[in-house]
Amino acid sequence: MAVEAENANFSLSSLWYDKRNRAIVLQIITVSIFVWFVYQIVNNAVTNMENQGLNPGFGFMSQIAGFNPTSPEFNLTSFDVNSSTHGDVFVLGIVNTLLISFVGVILATIVGFVVGVLRLSNNLLIKLLATTYIEVMRNIPLLLHIFIWYFGVVLFLPQLMGALPEGGRGVTGINFLGLDMIFMSNRGINFPSPVLEAGWQVILIAFIAAIAGIVFLSKWAKKRQDETGQIFPVLWASLGLIIGLPILAYFIAGQPVSWDIPQATRFNLKGGASMPGHMMGLLMALVVYTGAFIAENVRSGIQSVSHGQTEAAFALGIRPNVTMRKIIIPQAMRVIIPPMTSQYLNLTKNSSLAVAIGYPDLVNIFTGVSLNQTGNAVEIIALTMLVYLTISLTISIFMNWYNKRVALVER
Amino acid sequence: MNFKHLLAAGAAVAFSASVAQAGTLDDVKAKGYIDCGVTTGLAGFASPDDQGNWAGFDVDFCRAMAAAVLGDASKVKYTPTTGKTRFTALASGEVDVLARNTTWTFSRDTDLGFEFVGVNYYDGQGFMVKKDLGVKSALELDGASVCIQTGTTTELNLADYFRANNMSFTPIVIEDNAEARQNYESGACDVYTTDRSGLAATRVVLSDPDAHVVLPEIVSKEPLGPLVRHGDNQWGDIARWTLNALITAEELGVTQGNIGEMASSNNPEIRRLVGAEGDLGAMIGLDAEWAMRAVAAGGNYSEIYERNIGPNTPLQLARGVNALWTQGGILYSPPFR
Repeated sequence: MAVEAENANFSLSSLWYDKRNRAIVLQIITVSIFVWFVYQIVNNAVTNMENQGLNPGFGFMSQIAGFNPTSPEFNLTSFDVNSSTHGDVFVLGIVNTLLISFVGVILATIVGFVVGVLRLSNNLLIKLLATTYIEVMRNIPLLLHIFIWYFGVVLFLPQLMGALPEGGRGVTGINFLGLDMIFMSNRGINFPSPVLEAGWQVILIAFIAAIAGIVFLSKWAKKRQDETGQIFPVLWASLGLIIGLPILAYFIAGQPVSWDIPQATRFNLKGGASMPGHMMGLLMALVVYTGAFIAENVRSGIQSVSHGQTEAAFALGIRPNVTMRKIIIPQAMRVIIPPMTSQYLNLTKNSSLAVAIGYPDLVNIFTGVSLNQTGNAVEIIALTMLVYLTISLTISIFMNWYNKRVALVER
Repeated sequence: MNFKHLLAAGAAVAFSASVAQAGTLDDVKAKGYIDCGVTTGLAGFASPDDQGNWAGFDVDFCRAMAAAVLGDASKVKYTPTTGKTRFTALASGEVDVLARNTTWTFSRDTDLGFEFVGVNYYDGQGFMVKKDLGVKSALELDGASVCIQTGTTTELNLADYFRANNMSFTPIVIEDNAEARQNYESGACDVYTTDRSGLAATRVVLSDPDAHVVLPEIVSKEPLGPLVRHGDNQWGDIARWTLNALITAEELGVTQGNIGEMASSNNPEIRRLVGAEGDLGAMIGLDAEWAMRAVAAGGNYSEIYERNIGPNTPLQLARGVNALWTQGGILYSPPFR
């Protein structure tokens, strides 16, 4: 009887009144609604594209782009307007996005750490300055930062070219040290670029050897300190190695690198490499803005370390800055890393605001210009999303790995 | 039943841009205004005054259409679009017609799925430089920094022109006209390039217009005109013939001032135009006096031109090729018959 009753209960009503069944049913319903929703969106896009006579596909990627997204001096992928395709625009956009994100993340981290530590300084003036910086910068929208830095600062640098009395034009930008090599103006910074000649590989080998030497040196120094307590100045020795060895190799190999120096022409500096004005503006904005957030992360991380640690270190006679470097910061890292990851992700994604001042990043030249010229909106947006997703997930994976490394090992 | 209707309506709103595609005329009549895509602000062509009222050459076309379709020239909602957003705005049904000095090209007409209804301004791309550079010809511009607006044919023409003449340049690609101007004025670029009408409009708002000169070269053909979506031929016809009505009105001497008396004219084409004879309006789904209202709204082509961009305005654009075919230009409307 009991079995029969159970069977009878396993009718429709039990799907709802049995707690376990209900959970499953609800999940199935939720998933179905979600799938239906996605299907509707995709189907809608496809149907309407067909109705409008648009043919989806990626054939446009191999068509010649026909426009010039960047200057000859700021061209990391050798984009050539005569033959490059929309696919090359895509690649150039990715490279430029990675460049601004990479440089931005490094500079923002440095700014963040310095300001974060300064904010906890015992010196009232320094503390006040750091606090003011953080509170002002992080409360201004990023787009405004970009406009201020570009239209308010970069564009007000000296003009590159000025009229000469006899009707010609001469360089009037800032000429660093009067060397005629590095120029700064509202068009950016122009500097010599290396031209590699036969035998330059020696320098690369020297560079790799220097890195290997540094790894070896730091291991040896640590071992020696463990055994004898003597401290070896690893930082200075490493700097010497990484700069000295390649320079030495450069002269031994008979100077296999020559320099392409910017030359003044009628309108511009030709030759060398440049960091364009819009990149300067964008970089400053991203660094100043994200740096303020990172500073707060650093401050909270440091404050999370028990004050007893500092007192113990002082009791052992360790000096304050060594205490900070060797005892407080390493312990603070495990609090700092997770929010830092999201700041890195923010910076990368925020770099797409480049479009506001014309930095040729992925969103500007590919999602902007290529989309407009080809009309393949859905494909281009999808590709762009995929790129940002990949970059973001890579950063996430790396930071999670690093977080595991610095996390407290529980026994 | 009601609930079902509600659901259907909701689904239609949420999921279909295609609903807006067919029957634009009915949609426009139902909502009571025309949604017209214009520039974000280009003196003489479309710009808002200090009270927020839009005025300009392109705006007057929108007003003529609203007068023809809805009987009231003020029933227009202006949607400012950038060079980049304009096509998406039109394709998605956000605007009903795009009157935004847009160049008629093959791929826009076919691949992008639009229909150009005619040409209201024959233009060409030019270059503007500061006078003190001493540049006399665009062929001297090798190595210059050039400010361009993104999302335009200008980018392609510029690259083509420099490629053809074996010159190099540094592009500064800017989102809209105002930002391009800022870059140009601060010396971040040597050259500003866009359609010559746009250069004229930009030059007059520079702090010292006389310090700048537009170079003589015209490096492209830029037939600018209004456009609508593919697939709604009736709406396309209305836009096309509104434009033609303005041109024909000039040709026949019909103006804003005298159009009231034209119903009693002896000229059969004028009588057909103003709806006193024949039934042209019904063929495009409108009443008989649609063209009369279109001309009465802002005058004929010549009046619109002279008021907004002609020689007596700050833009000082001579009619040139935009004169009627009877006066040495190439402006030509098919007959109203």
